[in-house]
Amino acid sequence: MAIEGVDQGRRRFLTATTAVVGGVGALAAVVPFIKTWEPSARAKSAGAPVLADISKIEPGQKVTFGWRSLPVFVVNRTQPQLDALKGEDSRLKDPNSDNTDQQPTFAKNGTRSLKPEWLIVIGICTHLGCVPDYFGELKPEPFDPDWKGGFYCPCHKSRYDLAGRVFQGVPAPANLQVPPYKFMDDNKHVMIGVSPQGAA
Amino acid sequence: MATAPIRIQPKNRILAWIEDRLPIQSFLATHTSEYYAPKNFNLWYYFGSLALLVLVNQIVTGIFLTMFYKPDAAQAFASVEYIMRDVDWGWLIRYMHEVGASMFFIVVYLHMFRGLMYGSYKKPRELVWLLGMLIFLALMAEAFMGYVLPWGNMSFWGAKVIISLFGAIPVVGDALVQWIMGDYVPADATLNRFFALHVIALPLVLLLLVVLHLAALHEVGSNNPDGVEIKDKKTPEGKPLDGIPFHPYYTVKDLFGVGFFLILCAFLIFFQPTLGGWFLEPDNFIPANNLVTPEHIKPVWYFTPFYAMLRMIPAKLPGVITMFVGIIALFLVPWLDRGRVKSVRYRGLGYKIGLGLFVISFVMLGAVGAGVTTEVIPQWFGANADVTTIENAFGRFWLAIYLLSFVGLWAYTYFGFEKTKPVPERVTTHD
Repeated sequence: MAIEGVDQGRRRFLTATTAVVGGVGALAAVVPFIKTWEPSARAKSAGAPVLADISKIEPGQKVTFGWRSLPVFVVNRTQPQLDALKGEDSRLKDPNSDNTDQQPTFAKNGTRSLKPEWLIVIGICTHLGCVPDYFGELKPEPFDPDWKGGFYCPCHKSRYDLAGRVFQGVPAPANLQVPPYKFMDDNKHVMIGVSPQGAA
Repeated sequence: MATAPIRIQPKNRILAWIEDRLPIQSFLATHTSEYYAPKNFNLWYYFGSLALLVLVNQIVTGIFLTMFYKPDAAQAFASVEYIMRDVDWGWLIRYMHEVGASMFFIVVYLHMFRGLMYGSYKKPRELVWLLGMLIFLALMAEAFMGYVLPWGNMSFWGAKVIISLFGAIPVVGDALVQWIMGDYVPADATLNRFFALHVIALPLVLLLLVVLHLAALHEVGSNNPDGVEIKDKKTPEGKPLDGIPFHPYYTVKDLFGVGFFLILCAFLIFFQPTLGGWFLEPDNFIPANNLVTPEHIKPVWYFTPFYAMLRMIPAKLPGVITMFVGIIALFLVPWLDRGRVKSVRYRGLGYKIGLGLFVISFVMLGAVGAGVTTEVIPQWFGANADVTTIENAFGRFWLAIYLLSFVGLWAYTYFGFEKTKPVPERVTTHD
């Protein structure tokens, strides 16, 4: 091959432009493959709000409902359980629910709920997504001699109080998440997945 | 050894015709009968070939399992029970695959320990070590996804916990988790894609890495228990004085190891396929249930040391970072270790103590991750003992030892604290 007469600048330019255009095309071709992994239309439509019947939940009892395949805990808190929520602030990571990602604004209060007795939280540990167990009684437990009722995650021993507030010194970083919800027909039902009108 | 390729000239005209176009016999000779390995290999040198054997076992049994398994969240669990009960010899194929997974990690961990003990990661074998570590990473991903496929309750919750790790990444974490799962929780979409990755994508990656691992090894040649370079001393014909041809000497030796290893595997497959919950956890005999967590979520034994690193840090992102540092540190060993002497036989006392502590810390972290400490602390300290505090103190102590052993290795060799013994010029067993 004769080297003389070759325009090296032109050759480099053509090589570079071909590489750039080809590279952009290859990158664009990758997008559909990556997008196939997003939740499908079917999975998204399964995420609609659900209506839960809470009329038969006894005081002190916890019932789990499914919403978007997530367990949603509904606890009918008793007066002693509500009283125990006060005075524990020093042991909690976020006692005043300052992390606004973890609840709608209507639940940024001392009980983290719309109505004091009804606790409604997503039962997914904020550490790695296990389902915490409900230990509602105010008595010493093996994992905490000063237990005042709450949730205990069996996976990595994170503890939450009866408002879903996380304790200090456990792996979970945040309080249990409160889903949007509203009460329906004289508080016999709760709609999980939508906020009450006027509240965010 | 990195000698020039051997050219074979077959007498047979057909073979010669092939050899001129595709030098297959020459290739085999270069890498077997003309490939010289040190003559002083000991018991620790069985585990490389055994890992290859287990890989073949996993591929063959895996192919047959895919003929009966259904990658569908509604049918997966039942299809595995179908393999176990209704498919002729299905139980054997599945238990060969399941025991094989644990045996893979046993031989790989021993293989890695051998490398640390004899300095096989040092110049000029850094790439052999790095490629080996990449194989280890791919193997972990492969094993994790394989464990999800039966869609038992531990499959589901294990998947959930491991995928959630990616949620610790700032900003994109939550979107990434949803992208990996293809749903709001591990679901049919997740199972289906894990099946694809487990049976085709990751095995291809593993095979490619194994080929590169062996190619890099054959370029630089094997290390040995004395850590001396056999190609420094050669016969007049140019063969290493302390080397012997891989075939027939080491093919025969490895076959002997294979026989012993298969007896052990057969015992496990026939009598202890779950090994009391260590190889296969009881919770995985319950179908996946996204509303009920198993009482103790824990990974299979081979992940427990890394799982403990995650658990011992009381915050999510730092916990995940610690776990990855614990793995990445192994990649860096060739550059952390500044010592010239390879084999532990001639290294300073500090190296021996450090290596011992490293192994003990790995085992102790494994015990913490497997929940052994949760069980024994009430027995040892009384029923009212504060299990969490004691376990955290214990686990964090060994986590510190584990991480410090890497820092210590660097400091010990960089600042010249190490007092090595003289390394012999030739392997100690030469005649």
